[in-house]
Amino acid sequence: MSESLHNENKGENEKRLGLVVSGSLSRGVEVKLDSATSVEDIGVGRYVTIEGDKGRFLGMITDIALDAIDSRLMINPPEVSDPFIAEVVAGTSTFGRVHVQPQLTLSGDALSLLEGPQQVKTVPAHFSVVKEASEQDVEWVFGRVEEKQFWIGTPLDMEIKVRLNPTEFVKRSNGVFGKSGTGKTFLARLLLIGIIQENAAANLVFDMHSEYGWEGTSEEGRKVKGLKQLFPSKVAVFALDEESARRRKVSTDFVVEVGYDEIEPEDIEMLGETLNLTEAAAQATYRLARHFGERQWLECFLALEGREELNELAKALGEHEATMAALRRRLEALRRLRFLVPHARDNAIQRILEYLDRGTNVVLEFGRYDDITAYVLVANLLTRRIHAQYREKVERAMGEEIAKPKPLAITIEEAHKFLNPAIANQTIFGTIAREMRKYNVTLLVIDQRPSGIDEEVMSQMGTKITCLLDNERDIESVLTGVPGKSELKAVLSKLETKQQALIFGHAVPMPVVVRTREYGSPQSYKELGFREAIELKKKAEEESKDLWG
Amino acid sequence: MQAKIGEIIEASTGEFMAQCYELHQPPPFGSLVKTREGEIEIYGVVCDAATTSIEPGRHPIARGREEVEEEDIFRSSPQLAKLLRTDFTALVVGHREGEEDEKLHHYLPPRPARIHSFVYVCDAEEVEKFSQSFDFLSILVAAKGQADELIAASLRHAAQAQPDPRHFLVTAGKKLAVLLGAEPNRLNTILRRIRR
Repeated sequence: MSESLHNENKGENEKRLGLVVSGSLSRGVEVKLDSATSVEDIGVGRYVTIEGDKGRFLGMITDIALDAIDSRLMINPPEVSDPFIAEVVAGTSTFGRVHVQPQLTLSGDALSLLEGPQQVKTVPAHFSVVKEASEQDVEWVFGRVEEKQFWIGTPLDMEIKVRLNPTEFVKRSNGVFGKSGTGKTFLARLLLIGIIQENAAANLVFDMHSEYGWEGTSEEGRKVKGLKQLFPSKVAVFALDEESARRRKVSTDFVVEVGYDEIEPEDIEMLGETLNLTEAAAQATYRLARHFGERQWLECFLALEGREELNELAKALGEHEATMAALRRRLEALRRLRFLVPHARDNAIQRILEYLDRGTNVVLEFGRYDDITAYVLVANLLTRRIHAQYREKVERAMGEEIAKPKPLAITIEEAHKFLNPAIANQTIFGTIAREMRKYNVTLLVIDQRPSGIDEEVMSQMGTKITCLLDNERDIESVLTGVPGKSELKAVLSKLETKQQALIFGHAVPMPVVVRTREYGSPQSYKELGFREAIELKKKAEEESKDLWG
Repeated sequence: MQAKIGEIIEASTGEFMAQCYELHQPPPFGSLVKTREGEIEIYGVVCDAATTSIEPGRHPIARGREEVEEEDIFRSSPQLAKLLRTDFTALVVGHREGEEDEKLHHYLPPRPARIHSFVYVCDAEEVEKFSQSFDFLSILVAAKGQADELIAASLRHAAQAQPDPRHFLVTAGKKLAVLLGAEPNRLNTILRRIRR
């Protein structure tokens, strides 16, 4: 057999894809596919290794193109109906080209042997051979997943587990994005499980649609276990809506009530958009607070009856009468939130902090109150006070050299309502996102419109996990400040609608497209450490047998 | 010893012309022939053949009006065979230096063939050995005249000597596709002539 024929066969056995023909460090390299490689076998988001002269590079395929040796072929295509001619022109006259973004160097110098894969600082030389990445290479990059360690999913077309280190993950604020129905909740649940499983932080979850605490539903309508069922001793479910919890047969640990006396003008200001308050009306709340006192203003204001009393108040405060009337009308909306009471029986914030201090994760279910007003109000109100306490503790810890409190990760949904550019500077969530881990509090933001979130907040996020996004602005905003942005864009917009996500940032050594691990089957629960009651009983019996003989 | 088919009557570095010992029996168009220049074995691809009068000024005239069969013409005028000659031209496509050195070079030899050297037809084994590299295609691509016909004919001829003719032709086609990158029409013409 001829030399050239022999080479081609050899390439096929080693899953050789092609040769590097051009490129740059900033834009990535162009690879001409061998004639044995069909473009249709290549997928965007897959890993390849490039054998450079001095070391190996690991990169991700970010684009695939068709090319021809001469443009006249497009006008006068060869007779490809003949299998012989089709075979000849494939890969020669016409060929596939893929764009590869090199991410890491795998070997070569002593540094990478000691410290593992290094960020790329150069590109492979001309005509370096490009091969499909082996599972060992990818596993080496992400680290082998040990027993009881959390992993998030598997890379495309590979059977290895992608490790996401929850301890690293919670060191910064993170985001889970994706258009609706792509599995954001599902992913967020997995991440929370990971954090709890490895005890990386205490979680406070504002669970708008009651999907994390006791049980949730999968896209197919199947019931899946929530955090409390998986980790009964590590998770407490707080409910705003006791009735709904009872109907859903959820055993709640605490029913949250919020007193009018706990609501501050800042809390109302946050609701400006959802309650449709004018700027003047929002400002008037501060005057009301000064007038009636910090703890009674809302109760007193809502207790006013009749037009005269209102007008009188307006005069006393120097406000416009119409403003006061409008404010009053808007605030009436708060009355239908049953969890708002004049005076709360118990201090919910203190309770939550007690649980968090003990390392118990708290899920606050909103039950029926799944509208945005209640969500924004409660999440803001609680977080502001909890953050203040954490801040105090951390500062004390720094002064007295005692242990800092356990990291706290706060999960919020519909994040653009809290973090939009108009209010991100004022809200507590904006502060947490920006000041990062200084006070041991970070956010896990879940949102479907990342373009609605303040740019500065987006750029501060450590790790972003994003499912399919198809809006140009959303994609743009998620990828702000990421190297190789335009290349990742192509990957992101081609994700499948289910069970696929692109992860990049602080917690992973390089961007990775994963097929998220399965969740919802008995096997998946078992893998996450869940034991059925019968099993537990059996184990207990065995242990008592061992003990007592 | 292989049977010789002719003798060189004109030679240059790039091609040689030989006269056939048998009238009307030139080697097939596109087939591989070889000759010798001292230690060097020179390979050529038959690119042209012609039968003419031995004297350039005297053209043959038609003689068959009274005959039934074409062969009868030669039977009734036996001198004719001596007045005609068959020549063929081969394009030099490679050479081998020395009998022991098995290394074939698919490029032009240092010296042209000598006049009166014998010319032999290569057997299947030699053809297969020679066509292990397609470097000779670039010489054929640049040939004057019927280059495309010549390429197609030589590939068809070489394919018969291969264990897997189709695979051979596909690989050759791919080499041509690269060589003729800027001339897709020529490529199409050749591919249509060698497809199986």
